[in-house]
Amino acid sequence: MSDLYRDQILDHYRNPRNHGTLEPHDASFEDTNPLCGDRVRIDLRFDGERIADIKFSGRGCAISQAATSMLTEMVKGQTIADVRELTKDDLLDELGIPISPARLKCALLGLKVLKASAYGYTGWPGDGGS
Amino acid sequence: MDPVEIREQFPLLSSHGVGRSVVYLDSAASSQKPAAVLDAMRSYYENDYANVHRGVYALAERSTEAYDNARRQVAAFFNVADLGEVIFVRNTTEAINLVAYSWGLANLGVGDVVVISEMEHHSNIVPWQIVCARTGSRLEFMRVDGSGRLVLEDLDRLLATGRVRLVATCHVSNVLGTVNPVETIVAKAHAHGALVLLDGAQGAPHLPVDLSALRADFYACSGHKMCGPMGSGMLFGRRALLEAMPPFLGGGDMIRQVTLRDSLWADLPAKFEAGTPSVADAVGFGAACEYLSGLGMQAIHQHELEITRYAWEQLLELPDIEIYGPPPEERGGVIAFNSGDVHAHDVASILDEDGIAIRAGHHCAQPLHERLGLAASARASFYVYNSRADVDRLVDSLRRVRSIFALPGA
Ligand SMILES: Cc1ncc(COP(=O)(O)O)c(C=O)c1O
Repeated sequence: MSDLYRDQILDHYRNPRNHGTLEPHDASFEDTNPLCGDRVRIDLRFDGERIADIKFSGRGCAISQAATSMLTEMVKGQTIADVRELTKDDLLDELGIPISPARLKCALLGLKVLKASAYGYTGWPGDGGS
Repeated sequence: MDPVEIREQFPLLSSHGVGRSVVYLDSAASSQKPAAVLDAMRSYYENDYANVHRGVYALAERSTEAYDNARRQVAAFFNVADLGEVIFVRNTTEAINLVAYSWGLANLGVGDVVVISEMEHHSNIVPWQIVCARTGSRLEFMRVDGSGRLVLEDLDRLLATGRVRLVATCHVSNVLGTVNPVETIVAKAHAHGALVLLDGAQGAPHLPVDLSALRADFYACSGHKMCGPMGSGMLFGRRALLEAMPPFLGGGDMIRQVTLRDSLWADLPAKFEAGTPSVADAVGFGAACEYLSGLGMQAIHQHELEITRYAWEQLLELPDIEIYGPPPEERGGVIAFNSGDVHAHDVASILDEDGIAIRAGHHCAQPLHERLGLAASARASFYVYNSRADVDRLVDSLRRVRSIFALPGA
């Protein structure tokens, strides 16, 4: 039906995994994509270096929300070091859909928020990032 | 007017062009270009190219003549008799900034008020925020009512304070499509001694605009939205105002005489055109004005009214479509909408898969989207080359959006 809106994406959009907030949490970060008004917040609870629990909330397009939902499944139980190693391409491979340059910021918003929340990295995908 | 025939005059969209199967519904952002415009620009570079106003040789004279001729064409299009009142700029944004920095910094002071509206494009908001902050003057607003019209009572109330120096508003909204009652606004403002700047970015391409009759003090527009090249635009200003205003940019071409300490400004319009002008863009802009006049602005307006009404009716056949702004007979060829709770960017991406180009986002009108309670909207805009068949493809593709997102009734 659609190259972009495959069943897996739509499923994550309609039935987001790990959706909600964590109170209390050990770390939390929220960011927006000013172009489309997408908003994602991620809360983390750690067990030592390990992500014991993760929840996300927000609103926005199907790409940003589905990508964040998939991301939470990818990193739950992983360590902060694993999150450091996680690249844009890892997430894009997992999404498995052809993301045009115009939609890249939507797809990567959750990853940016996750990195900021897990270890304070906010360098990309902002302007001029790698 | 036959849009199918007209489409053939636009190389990108024509049956030989790379965009032959594209349904281009983003002319409010920028229009495609007819061959007449591209040919005029190419011919200028091939036959008449040199810098202007500087050489005494034949080529330089031809180039200067091409530039002057472009100004005559643009002036004729807007029915302006005095060529000194037609300033070439890069775009609407630059035209508004010219007025804000030149007229605004010189004339606004503490206690003065500039009135804009909630439906402005960022380019008619931000310059006034900057200049009001610099001069200690205040920015006030006309609200937008539930049907997308300006609340003129706000204007009356503000004008009655006697503090309003300038009313700056759009001729046609780039989101709601509302054609504002600009004659009324000009009359009200002038009755209270306030000047009027009209942002004509969406007016000039779509409506007959007679600046002699309209009596606005400033009128700004972009050539690239009216079949001309990017980098071309116009600021119209009344001579008495332009003559009293200080220059915006200083440099070559805008002076009569320079000593190490002082300079005398050139006459209009050169006073506001510092540096080597974008002559080819002006030539293209002039050719675009001729092209549009050839089609007839009244005919273009009529065509857009019809296609917008058709689109309006067809879109409303779909359940869950929400359209923002006034009914079709009161708007230009712009329809902003949302389809259920599907995000506008998802709508635009699915339409793109079907070769349909629309805009999604806040269309540089964030305060208006805030006012409407929206994060974003999808926007289809129509021009001379759009036909009912384009609308039909839009509607078919929106059905696909509904079925992909499994909206009820898909
Ligand atoms: C109403 C309105 N004003 C101003 C602008 C700015 O035009 P430009 O980007 O050509 O300066 C636009 C178009 O983007 C517009 O639609």
